[in-house]
Amino acid sequence: MRIELHDIYKHFGPVRANDGISLTLEPGQIHGLLGENGAGKTTLMKILSGYQAKDRGEILVDGRVVKFRSPAEAIAAGIGMLHQDPLDFPPMTALDNFLLGFDRRLRPDRRAGRQQLLELAARFRFPLEPEAAVERMTVGERQQLEIIRLLALGVQTIILDEPTTGISAPQKVQLFQTLRQLASEEGKSIVFVSHKLEEVEDLCQAVTVLRLGQVTGERLMPVPLDELVQLMFGQSLALPGKPAVPPGDVLLEARDLTVESPRLTITHAALSVRAGEVIGIAGMEGSGQDLFLRALAGLLRPKAGEVWLAGRPLTGRSYREFMQAGISLLPADRIDEGLVRGLTISEHMALHRKTPFFIRWEENRAYTAEQIRFFNVKGQPDSPVDALSGGNQQRVLLALQPAGLKVLILEHPTRGLDMESTRWVWEQLLKRRERGTAILFTSADLDEIMTYSDRVIVFFNGQPFPPLPVTELTVEDLGYMIGGKQPATSKPQPAAALPEA
Amino acid sequence: MKRKPLLSQLFWAVVPVAAALFFIALILLAAGANPWQAFREITLGALESPQKWADVATAWVPLALVGAGMSLTFAAGLWNIGAEGQIILGAIFATWVVRSVDLPQVPVIALIILAGMVGGALWGLLTGLLRVYARVHEIFAGLGLNFIATALIIWLIFNPWKPARGATMSGTEPFPEVTWIPRLGSSRLVPLAMVLTVVALLVAFFLLRGTRFGLELRAIGKNARAAFIQGIPTARHMLVAFVLCGAMAGLAGALQATAVYHRLIPRISGGYGYAGMLVVILAAYRPEWVPAVALFFAAIGVGSPRLELNLQLDASLGGVLEGMVVLFVLLAAGLRNRLSHKP
Repeated sequence: MRIELHDIYKHFGPVRANDGISLTLEPGQIHGLLGENGAGKTTLMKILSGYQAKDRGEILVDGRVVKFRSPAEAIAAGIGMLHQDPLDFPPMTALDNFLLGFDRRLRPDRRAGRQQLLELAARFRFPLEPEAAVERMTVGERQQLEIIRLLALGVQTIILDEPTTGISAPQKVQLFQTLRQLASEEGKSIVFVSHKLEEVEDLCQAVTVLRLGQVTGERLMPVPLDELVQLMFGQSLALPGKPAVPPGDVLLEARDLTVESPRLTITHAALSVRAGEVIGIAGMEGSGQDLFLRALAGLLRPKAGEVWLAGRPLTGRSYREFMQAGISLLPADRIDEGLVRGLTISEHMALHRKTPFFIRWEENRAYTAEQIRFFNVKGQPDSPVDALSGGNQQRVLLALQPAGLKVLILEHPTRGLDMESTRWVWEQLLKRRERGTAILFTSADLDEIMTYSDRVIVFFNGQPFPPLPVTELTVEDLGYMIGGKQPATSKPQPAAALPEA
Repeated sequence: MKRKPLLSQLFWAVVPVAAALFFIALILLAAGANPWQAFREITLGALESPQKWADVATAWVPLALVGAGMSLTFAAGLWNIGAEGQIILGAIFATWVVRSVDLPQVPVIALIILAGMVGGALWGLLTGLLRVYARVHEIFAGLGLNFIATALIIWLIFNPWKPARGATMSGTEPFPEVTWIPRLGSSRLVPLAMVLTVVALLVAFFLLRGTRFGLELRAIGKNARAAFIQGIPTARHMLVAFVLCGAMAGLAGALQATAVYHRLIPRISGGYGYAGMLVVILAAYRPEWVPAVALFFAAIGVGSPRLELNLQLDASLGGVLEGMVVLFVLLAAGLRNRLSHKP
């Protein structure tokens, strides 16, 4: 199946998400779609898969013009998309999800469906259990389920949008094997949307680079990485170094924390963080990092143990009191937790500044405009935050944080951001660190953890390894610990209460 | 806050109303009546005499008060359908003051108004507490409390507060004249009620537009979880919104008892709690548009009995018209949304 996109336009108000993009997808090929955030990759693929309507342009499948008004029509034509966040039905079982949209009869044939699910899973060696609840499956397993569901629907072209976010390293290896198998043995076309250069290099035979809604280059792989970076950003960028900051007094202390959630319990976690220190937190998604950080931020009430800030106990205080004491949390879900969808940048500023009861809107808009310039946000004071790209949402979030913060807790601060925004975010964080703010962050990017942390904690299955100075660690060590094994070079154990030196 | 061209604004306001009138006309034709004449009767019924104007103003007061209050709870994303019960509790509290206080006119009326607001506010607070702490959805909490309020008022009228000559559906004994909120001359117009309503509308408008509280309320309405993470006291603000809405509905109840009927009757709320909800939906949840929409509803309410007198049609056709307009406006809003996503 050969797909041609001709001159696709899609504008959201003043934002030109797709500005005349043309692209050809050959059968049996893995085609990389590369670009920084807001380059228009996802929009283009949503148009191709029927989720979004284009403003202008043509889609040709095997030379025939097609028009998709819904994802169902695209799937019927053989085009299916795997979204960045799985669009499945968590409370239902794997089999239910598999049958959805596939067996439309009033009473689906569960036995045949089960048979087919197991056959497909076996073909790609996916360890899927038909009766498992989807909400208990990992992101990687949900992705595997979605892939075989699309295959069962007879899809010839599979689009994967940033599929390696949130899945484990072995799952990634397996995913890549599967994609190669589908392309070479079954002649499927694969579109691999990513901003991760190494992955595109590793997997793709052809690559199209987008920048600001336009195609900046089409190449057959292999291509030197420098050239791709040039196409993506216009220039090569280096990550900023980390200046040495002498650690200050102990600021934040967790003593013997026990945090419970329906899925996981952390017991007896301990940590003490000094002013100006950066603590990186690694681990498979859902190993307890989020629970630990949210307990430190006051958003979750620990079952037992204490949280102290600057020599004062905060245990049992409300989340607002944690905030007033100088602890701030930047959630990973920027648009649904960090910001309020539908409110403008200016309204967010008014919420976060200590504005008087009667808001002076003109003054606030002027202040917002100033902050927008200073933080280099692509948007207007009256832009709703949901119209901004991920990187710009993160800039707004950072602009909203008060200056004298004691502790800044960030979940995946640069997830989904392009290099330019990533670099900028860390510049801002390091500046705050020089002024004595302690920074705790989670990341799935081990290079990021190694580059910016002073000490690193790895979570495995709800238990933290004791914090280790980054100077005593290698990426390989981290990899071992994330997998629950003790590294070859040093000897820490996932242990109960281990305060650091 | 981008400004849409005035012409398109006007178009989207006029078209749904015209469509609703068209459909009503079809219904009238099917019933064998002349639609033109029916609309004329409603209009005449509402406007033919100063007497009718005063009636329209009297009906406008509770509609606009409930609309103002609900613009606050809607801003916080709350489907507060409990205004009916809050009106009733306001009227009950006002009646209780009338029956137990013996004071000159000015202080007694001040107390009545205050008591009405407190009664409604408490009933609103109860909905809020159920919503915030017991996790009962506000629609069910409001509905339940409306039933309880109705039962309570009937019990009061038929038991402790029954007139000496025996309890009937016509309510309690008339209140002593000192507790009547004064009318303008010989008309039925009550200036104080109008003034209080305007004040309530202004309060709702300025709270939502110009204050931190209003902004925080809107943030809660858009995404309560995100608002909480940003440090907004969501539970407290929701309760305050319920209390303010309850106070305004309770005020409407107190005015119905002491400025309109001069007694407590079982149907004191007169359905204004529900009609007020339609008003605020039609006003796009914005207090600045509530007065005009409430006036429209009040006029139809006062005008439609003429249908029965002169055309042998049922007066409830007025209610059908109101409902039609709301439905068509919502429909048009949905259509407009769709169109703006497909240029």
